[in-house]
Amino acid sequence: MEVDQMQRQYLDYTKPLFLEGFLDGQFLQLQQLQDENNPDFVAEVVSLFFEDSERLLNDLTFSLEQKSIDFKKIDAHVHQLKGSSSSIGAQRVKNCCIAFRNFCEEQNIDACLSCLQQVKQEYCHVKNKLETLIRLEQQIVAAGGSIPTMEFSF
Amino acid sequence: MNLSSGKGSTSSSPLKTGEAVSDQFPAGLRVMVVDDDSTCLRILERMLSVCLYEVTKCKRAEVALSLLRENKNGFDIVLSDVHMPDMDGFKLLEHIGLEMDLPVIMMSADDGKSVVMKGVTHGACDYLIKPVRIEALKNIWQHVIRKRKNGLKDVEQSGSVEEGDRLLKGCDDGDYSSSVNEGRGSKKRRDEEEEGDERDDSSTLKKPRVVWSVELHQQFMAAVNQLGIDKAVPKKILELMNVPGLTRENVASHLQKYRLYLRRLSGVSQQQGNLNNSFISSQDATFGATSINGIHLQTLAVAGQLPAQSLAKLQAAALGRTTAKAGVSMPLSDQKNIFSFENPRLRFAEGSLHHLSNSKPINLLHGIPTNMEPKQLVNLHQSTQTLGNLNMRVNAPAAQNNPLLMQMAQSQPRGQMLSENADSHVARFPSSLVQPTVQNGISNGVLGNRITGTSNLTTAYNTVPQNSSLLSFPMSQTNEMSVDSFPLRSPPGITSIPTKGIFHEQGTSGIKGPGGFVPSYDMFNELHHQKSHDWDLTNTGITYDSSQHANPLQGNVDVSPSVLVHQGFPCMQQSVQTRDATSIGKPLFSTGEGIHPGNHQNVGQHLNNLVGNSVRVKAETFHDPSSQINNLFSDQYGQEDLVTAFLKQQEGVGPSDNELDFDGYSLDNIPV
Repeated sequence: MEVDQMQRQYLDYTKPLFLEGFLDGQFLQLQQLQDENNPDFVAEVVSLFFEDSERLLNDLTFSLEQKSIDFKKIDAHVHQLKGSSSSIGAQRVKNCCIAFRNFCEEQNIDACLSCLQQVKQEYCHVKNKLETLIRLEQQIVAAGGSIPTMEFSF
Repeated sequence: MNLSSGKGSTSSSPLKTGEAVSDQFPAGLRVMVVDDDSTCLRILERMLSVCLYEVTKCKRAEVALSLLRENKNGFDIVLSDVHMPDMDGFKLLEHIGLEMDLPVIMMSADDGKSVVMKGVTHGACDYLIKPVRIEALKNIWQHVIRKRKNGLKDVEQSGSVEEGDRLLKGCDDGDYSSSVNEGRGSKKRRDEEEEGDERDDSSTLKKPRVVWSVELHQQFMAAVNQLGIDKAVPKKILELMNVPGLTRENVASHLQKYRLYLRRLSGVSQQQGNLNNSFISSQDATFGATSINGIHLQTLAVAGQLPAQSLAKLQAAALGRTTAKAGVSMPLSDQKNIFSFENPRLRFAEGSLHHLSNSKPINLLHGIPTNMEPKQLVNLHQSTQTLGNLNMRVNAPAAQNNPLLMQMAQSQPRGQMLSENADSHVARFPSSLVQPTVQNGISNGVLGNRITGTSNLTTAYNTVPQNSSLLSFPMSQTNEMSVDSFPLRSPPGITSIPTKGIFHEQGTSGIKGPGGFVPSYDMFNELHHQKSHDWDLTNTGITYDSSQHANPLQGNVDVSPSVLVHQGFPCMQQSVQTRDATSIGKPLFSTGEGIHPGNHQNVGQHLNNLVGNSVRVKAETFHDPSSQINNLFSDQYGQEDLVTAFLKQQEGVGPSDNELDFDGYSLDNIPV
């Protein structure tokens, strides 16, 4: 595949992610932070995000399974997930976290459980998308091309 | 990068240096970023690198703190997350403020008003909402400059003070707060009004400062622990330490700072009551200890406890630099055990200190400069208990040993007072009392950047044990511990005016006459009334409000404009101001002290934290005031390379804007 084909493929894949709200402007910022001297910056940050998120989701699952639920702790975990997802631009995950925190405040166990499910789902979605996106980017770079910057009129 | 190594070099071609510097600045700014979230940490690190800053990242607050301690001058600014598992971000903020006085920016995904407010009250320079954008990071250098500017300014002021100027004048709060201590940066306190007239300086000889190195402090701590915190008097500590060249004054001032710190940490509610009692018992001429630095000897004299002569001496001492080696900021790295979050120990110390302050006024006098006659010492003794915290600005005469004042000012109670004060009360004190002295680093510290006035007051209170009539803390006035106990309240019987007369008597001693006194007082009142003043103003000079405002929790808690909340949060000045202490204090204690709205003591305590934290209580740093100035300055020059140079350049350009206005003092005036 030619570089420009790859680039087009990349754009076709990535643009909808933004339009559908999987990713937001923060992700674009991250991409701008990547340069020749830091060619793997996005990939690195994304994998850090995956690590942190999976750990947090496990903790959340564990906490919500307890007999007596520690909402404060849950809130702290969700808050952290919210922070990292917003830093990376995983908008849907972040929005789920916001709703989750509200339910934590209300101490609504059922709603929390359902939020947790939602967060996990959103996380899986965005994880897949990001993995594909990065793979496409790496393909382009490997082929000697440069990652096209997206133009949005946000 | 160190652009200048000292005054000399700086002055030689400031503009040139400045220009060179400014071209690069803020590149090279040394930033420490602390966040337990790896994703955010990595992103921030990258963003900061793009801004051309030198970044050090830490996942844990403890690690960050020890890095900062080991390398005191190695960083210009700290960015910290609010929610961290090992240490609350605000606590880290507090420590940094106390120990290093670096500007700290808080970050969080939490944009709740109360959290942001907490940042403000704890003294954060700014608060960024996550996700942090690189544009927000590009401007963080402004906080560094601001702090430095304020610090330099204070130093300059101090310089002039030491030269004898404003002893009697209320002077500026700025002096207090910023001056020596950390040297860097308290908020801009220079209150033009207060600064008003400069007095001629008499004498201050600049003595080399004692640098409280880690080793020295450890020896100090060992001695203190050996003696027992309540028996730890400077003389004995000195003997135990057995450090050649160290004087009692050095030790006393250091001890004061230490006590202050302990007190502040442990919160002082129970002590407040006691203090109140002790204060109340003092004579009617209670002045409510204004800032430690600034207690007018006059006041003391007025109280009748301090003979004019002693007063003069004290003043002279206060003005003078302390013994040569006055300790400069003491690295607190080794104090971790002290400062750490060992509440039980602190409480113990607190209790004993409290006891100490109540029953042992004497030790405060140990630092009395040797040039004082024994008789005077005796006289002073009584009145100086209160003086302990008072930082007497001695206008005149010999001023060499400020130590007395400084030491006294630095007594630990100060810390306590800090807690108490927190706020408006500080403003009440007549400026004359407050006299920001460079010398008293602690008091400055106490005054802190933020709530300087308050801190001073509190400190002053602490040191005023029973009889100091002069230091009657407002506490006597009210029954409530909380606010009333704040020194800021002026005791009923005392006003600055009487002191005026005394001043006259002492004319020869070099004490500034009433002229100085009154205006300062007026200014002080003025300040007090000016709600719009930012922290700096209210804090710094205002500790003594002899008659004015009975309303304890008046909010003089202005948030200085420099404490900006990111993303457009309004400067809290006005709003904070009117709020009562309780509400202010409240957010401070999310870490678990549990404020009860109606509980004044807690409020006081909280306020203490408020003050301490936000103010960056310089007291904590245990700087010897006099030495601090020097030290501060040289520190600045040494390390601050870019910033200093930048500032210098600005200065060279002329005080075109407020921030850069040095009030006519050139950097050269700052003692190095």
